[in-house]
Amino acid sequence: MSAVSLLFDSPVDRPVAPAPACFADLHLDEVVDWVIEGREAYDLRSFFHMALQDCEAVRQRHAVFRDLQDHGVHDGTCNFARYMLQVRRQLELAGRLHHERQRQRWFLEAATTYCRAVRWFAQELPRTAPRSDRLQAVCVYLQAYVGSTPFTAVTGEGEALLQQLATLRYKLQIDGTRIRVSRYEGEADYAQAVLRTFEKFAEEQGAAKDYRFEFPSLDEMNHVETAILDRVALLFPGVFGRLAAFCETYAQFLDSTVLRFDREVQFYLAYLDRVRELQAQGLSFCFPEISGSSKEVFGRGIFDIALAPRLLADRQRVVANDFELHDPERVVIVSGPNQGGKTTFARTLGQMHYLAALGCPVPGSAARLLLVDAIFTLFERQERLENLSGKLEEELLRLHEILGQATGRSVLVMNETFGATTLVDALALGRRVITRIVHRDMLCIYVTFLEELTQLPGTASMVSCVDAEDPARRTFRIVKRPADGRAYALAIARKYRLTRHAILERIGK
Amino acid sequence: MKVWLLYRDRDFDAQAALPPQAEEVAQDLQLQPLFGAMAGGDAFLSEVARRVVLGSLEDPAAITYRQQILDDCLHNQAAVRELYALAIEAIEREKKAWGWLLSRYPEGVLSRSIETLRQLSSLLAALRQLALAQRDRFQSEGWRRLLASLTGELRDEYLHEIDGHVQRLAFRDGLLIRAQLGSGNRGQDYVLCEPPAGSGGWAEWLQGVRERYLGNEPSSYAYEVAERDEAGLRALSELRGQGISAVAAALGRSTDHLLGFFTQLRTELAFYLGCLNLHARLMQWHAAICVPLPVVRTPLPTEAALSAEGVYDVALSLQMTAALVGNRVEADGKGLVLITGANRGGKSTLLRALGQAQLMMQAGMFVAAQSLRASVCRGLFTHFKREEDPKLRQGKFDEELGRMSAIVDCLQRGCLLLLNESFASTNEREGSEIAREIVGALLESGVRVLYVTHLYDLAEGFSRSGSGSVLFLRAERLSDGQRTFRVLPGEPSPTSYGEDLYRRIFGADSEAAAAGAARRTA
Repeated sequence: MSAVSLLFDSPVDRPVAPAPACFADLHLDEVVDWVIEGREAYDLRSFFHMALQDCEAVRQRHAVFRDLQDHGVHDGTCNFARYMLQVRRQLELAGRLHHERQRQRWFLEAATTYCRAVRWFAQELPRTAPRSDRLQAVCVYLQAYVGSTPFTAVTGEGEALLQQLATLRYKLQIDGTRIRVSRYEGEADYAQAVLRTFEKFAEEQGAAKDYRFEFPSLDEMNHVETAILDRVALLFPGVFGRLAAFCETYAQFLDSTVLRFDREVQFYLAYLDRVRELQAQGLSFCFPEISGSSKEVFGRGIFDIALAPRLLADRQRVVANDFELHDPERVVIVSGPNQGGKTTFARTLGQMHYLAALGCPVPGSAARLLLVDAIFTLFERQERLENLSGKLEEELLRLHEILGQATGRSVLVMNETFGATTLVDALALGRRVITRIVHRDMLCIYVTFLEELTQLPGTASMVSCVDAEDPARRTFRIVKRPADGRAYALAIARKYRLTRHAILERIGK
Repeated sequence: MKVWLLYRDRDFDAQAALPPQAEEVAQDLQLQPLFGAMAGGDAFLSEVARRVVLGSLEDPAAITYRQQILDDCLHNQAAVRELYALAIEAIEREKKAWGWLLSRYPEGVLSRSIETLRQLSSLLAALRQLALAQRDRFQSEGWRRLLASLTGELRDEYLHEIDGHVQRLAFRDGLLIRAQLGSGNRGQDYVLCEPPAGSGGWAEWLQGVRERYLGNEPSSYAYEVAERDEAGLRALSELRGQGISAVAAALGRSTDHLLGFFTQLRTELAFYLGCLNLHARLMQWHAAICVPLPVVRTPLPTEAALSAEGVYDVALSLQMTAALVGNRVEADGKGLVLITGANRGGKSTLLRALGQAQLMMQAGMFVAAQSLRASVCRGLFTHFKREEDPKLRQGKFDEELGRMSAIVDCLQRGCLLLLNESFASTNEREGSEIAREIVGALLESGVRVLYVTHLYDLAEGFSRSGSGSVLFLRAERLSDGQRTFRVLPGEPSPTSYGEDLYRRIFGADSEAAAAGAARRTA
């Protein structure tokens, strides 16, 4: 039985990694928050900060993702994860509660839940036939583990004990403040007799208020309950003696590789859950083709993965776009009307490259991407607006630093850079910077109103569009075409979707 | 036992959400005086009236069901009011006795249920008596079914049976509960048991002897909760609660069922009582009313029926406490009714009257007209000119279109839309163009439109296109400029009558009169 990892080549514990610098600008911090929401116990964040550096590692993860896209593998794994959650909760109670017979019972339940989970999963996982190397290694490991002596021993004893406890029956005679506890001897059910009489009346009620009272079930029992439990234990001494012995014998029943799998698989499940959520709303995800050198990248139907869930929550449409670069194009220059989705588009391109380097499926119906070594961002900082010359200086300093670090496998996302100076200045600076970027052979996305820059070699022009029929409507479409500087006017009625066409469509639905 | 006086096959749900835009419709059609008259000072009646009138029926058979029940009510007013009083009495008694005790604990529920059952049994008997005495005087399907169920289900034997259980459930000899161990070794599945015959002091004593002198294992262990152990007493009471919770829940539901019946009876009767109140008011000034004839909805608005004789604004009549001159409208097969003509000539009043009549018909009420025959609509919506809100950020036209767009969100084929001076807050050409676009698309989508407008360009455009499915009505103005408040068939005419209004208000001092006088002098 050799240990295995689902995320990395070797099963070693890695130090906690900080978030890459581009995270905030690309809204990737938001994306990670959203992906791991509800799975805090697994401590997954760090995994999302560790981008992969070779294409083979990316392919390994793709294979696991593909396996988990299969319903059988996915549901089986989720089921196992739910079992393990329960184990942890039961163990927590076994450690925390005060009354010893309660703690012992929770420990017994944790152990039996764990054994059932592992036994079930060791059968279920091979049955679902995963194809990835890594999940197949897990299958092999589990087969060996469930056959091992320590595992079969804890399983057998635990189940027997649980069964014996479940069959105990006792009765309580409550008279004033006195409770007498004794073995149950087959007394008839009185509640049923009363219920039968009132049944007819109660059943007729349609939306009746529910009087079934939920007694607050604190984990800790009160002293009357524990007093009763102590007396029940006196009535059945044999079973309770065996329970105490079990807890001592099997104090360390958890296996470290099983625990590692339980945590690491959550990286995949968390991301896939969100992918499915967006797919259910009509958005596409794909496994990108990954290259370590080619800049002939493209993406079809791509969208901002941070923005999409918010739009969908507000019942707004998510607009998908395409992009495509051919040699020698290196710099995408995005221009056009404001509020048209330019920054979102630039951010999307950055996100795609990062997610691809995590080995994750990316937004879009198809994509070919560069496996980047770094993603740099240069976004306008609103809070510094009061000092324009300082801002320009800061931008140039930062650019200098970036160009010092960047390689031919880096991506730079610039948003409204050089907005803080005169047009002539900005154009001159823009030309210089772009020339350097093209020369460095890196990829760059630059959102700007400086349309003239699209004349430079190595650039590709993309433009945010307005609806030709309805200039008031923001389409959020970005298309590859020459910049045309087209303005748009507001048409108020159209804004309210009250054109004939719109009304027919709205009422016709 | 089901009341079912508002629907043939279900309870009226007083909590149900009103249709979208219901508040706007109530405001635009000025329904408040109508609800006020139905209430007769009782806020509950007003609320039920509002909900029933605004929550239209769409099936002519369902409308007829109510019309017949209402007819019975009008012929048996005293009995209906007595029944209503009985329902209120039941609700009041329960509130008075137990309103302060809202315990959800099983022991609280159990004692409340037992007390309520005691309180209500005499009212159940009274209800039965009333039903027995009155049942032959009611003809409608709804009433006959209700009265039969009251006389059939509330038999004396059943009431006695209830009393028996009330006695037994006091548990004077303590409780015997069976249990087992669940998760975490906590006791669970508590079941109330019958104490076995041979139990009690003697058996316990014998067992004690065996244990003490014969070395038998003890067969039971006792635990005494100390008198001052408050937490312990609470725990003990909780344990009792677990034991009786199933019984308490069943009794709680039974009691609620009874109360629910009385509450439902009161709510559904409230609507008919409202109709009786309204009827009494209108009869004070001999206003015309009639039972309308609902017609099943047609797929196309151009096949829909709408013909009314003497239809008038019932809210206005209630405010003026006087009978009003009604209008005749023959709009069968007209998808669009365009009402034009003199300002203050009765256009809006007619539009409101038609809207009110449609809603009252679809509530199963009588309507304010000499006769009415109309297709039911799927939902009635109104878009009326509004006073400009000074706090409004948007411009007037912007606001109007925003409101229209919200209505379009709710529209579907078969709806009826009432427009009053819509799209007039911009210049006429622009307003007409937009109105033409919108109204045309609405008709095409199967929405019927009644439109009061002074957008001549628009009205004239529809007139020129010569569609047979448009009815043009015009507020009448006599040759001397006087208004009759009658609205008659008539093509739109280019001049508005604002000048008339001006003259009437400003009288002889107006410029035109001054000019005329000057001419005469010359």
